[in-house]
Amino acid sequence: MITLIDYGAGNLTSVRKALSALGAVVDTPQSPAECARASGVIVPGVGNFAATAALEGEWREAIASAVNAGTPLLGICLGMQWLFEGSDEAPEVRGLGLMRGRITRLRGIAADRVKVPHVGWNALDTSARPSRLLNGLSPGAQVYFTHSYAAPVTDDCIAATTHADPFASAVERGNIFGVQFHPEKSSDAGLQVLRNFLAVC
Amino acid sequence: MLTKRIIACLDVRDGQVVKGVQFQQLRHAGDPGELARRYNVEGIDEVVVLDITATLEKRQALARTINAVAREIFLPLTVGGGIRTEDDAVAAIEAGADKVSLNTAALKDPQLVTTLARRYGSQAVIVAIDARRRDPGFAVYVRSGTADAARDAVEWAREAESRGAGEILLTSMDRDGTRAGFDCEMTAAVADAVDIPVIASGGAGTFDHFADVFTAGHADAALAASIFHYAESSVTDLKRFLRARGVPVRL
Repeated sequence: MITLIDYGAGNLTSVRKALSALGAVVDTPQSPAECARASGVIVPGVGNFAATAALEGEWREAIASAVNAGTPLLGICLGMQWLFEGSDEAPEVRGLGLMRGRITRLRGIAADRVKVPHVGWNALDTSARPSRLLNGLSPGAQVYFTHSYAAPVTDDCIAATTHADPFASAVERGNIFGVQFHPEKSSDAGLQVLRNFLAVC
Repeated sequence: MLTKRIIACLDVRDGQVVKGVQFQQLRHAGDPGELARRYNVEGIDEVVVLDITATLEKRQALARTINAVAREIFLPLTVGGGIRTEDDAVAAIEAGADKVSLNTAALKDPQLVTTLARRYGSQAVIVAIDARRRDPGFAVYVRSGTADAARDAVEWAREAESRGAGEILLTSMDRDGTRAGFDCEMTAAVADAVDIPVIASGGAGTFDHFADVFTAGHADAALAASIFHYAESSVTDLKRFLRARGVPVRL
């Protein structure tokens, strides 16, 4: 059973629909204790980093404890940003801190028509190292992004994407995974990423 | 590199896809779920469902239609038409939409843009602008193109951005349904005035028109309906053409 955390940051319908299409049994828990029974935990989310404040306290402890027990965790978009230490978007809210580094605002370049937010399909550079999460994707696979803030490229980065500057579009360390793009909105490439996550759960 | 998006628009009335010429003379184009399914395999980057008569007939966008489309596609889905209140937007998003497109309601109550941007993030809020040329500038129309809003498109796009809109969907009423090409001049005027992406709409007839709006028109995305509905052109062929012309696309 995959636990999809609903903390009020955006729409879970499409994530749930994609997981179901891949044959996963998805549950949205009412209480943090249910995370302990999950075979995998997904933290989705769109919008402002401040929304992750709703995860502070019991949810944060339950998710961290499940991860420590070996349960795979996937953060999507805002959910991936939450895996890091914090974000310039809402400095007063701390992240889960499982990934090193801080979320910063993307830079636009007016002269080159590079705009923020970064909205649309962009390529994944997966050449840094192989990963379980992105296994089977074609080199330079295109996925759908919509965000204004992004994670730094660190050793945990398994895919980088460039929008003015390179940022981490996917991360993986042990049983912790994160994607800045929306796999549920990224057609076949996105479904492959979700399939890979389900395979480790 | 961020690619230019090709967006399919399903103009929906009473659960069926229709497409008008200059906002009138509707004719049937098919079942929305079926069309969405075709787009999913053909390489369309995004789908917009517009309940085109919603504002006039005071109807809400149909959750049933949104559901039928959302079931078929793993692509970004925008719903517009008749979204007048926060509750209308919530209903569309809960039915499976990723973004809502506000038109008449945004002009009438610009605070709604801000409210929705705060609740769902700017990426979930598109402000749709229907405009036609006037001298000077571009006149904004509302209520499905029937009423002059007494605003200029460039100035309104700037305000929409400052109020929290994440994208602008700009439709040329002069070109809508004519297949005479996008209004590149108007698109560039708006795209150059805002930092958020601009989706060009109205007038797509040939592959060259798409290349033009991405180059001369400075558009970030282009929306088309009739060119795809009747299977006259394949999306893949369009994208190959664009790539050969130096326009970055997802293939």
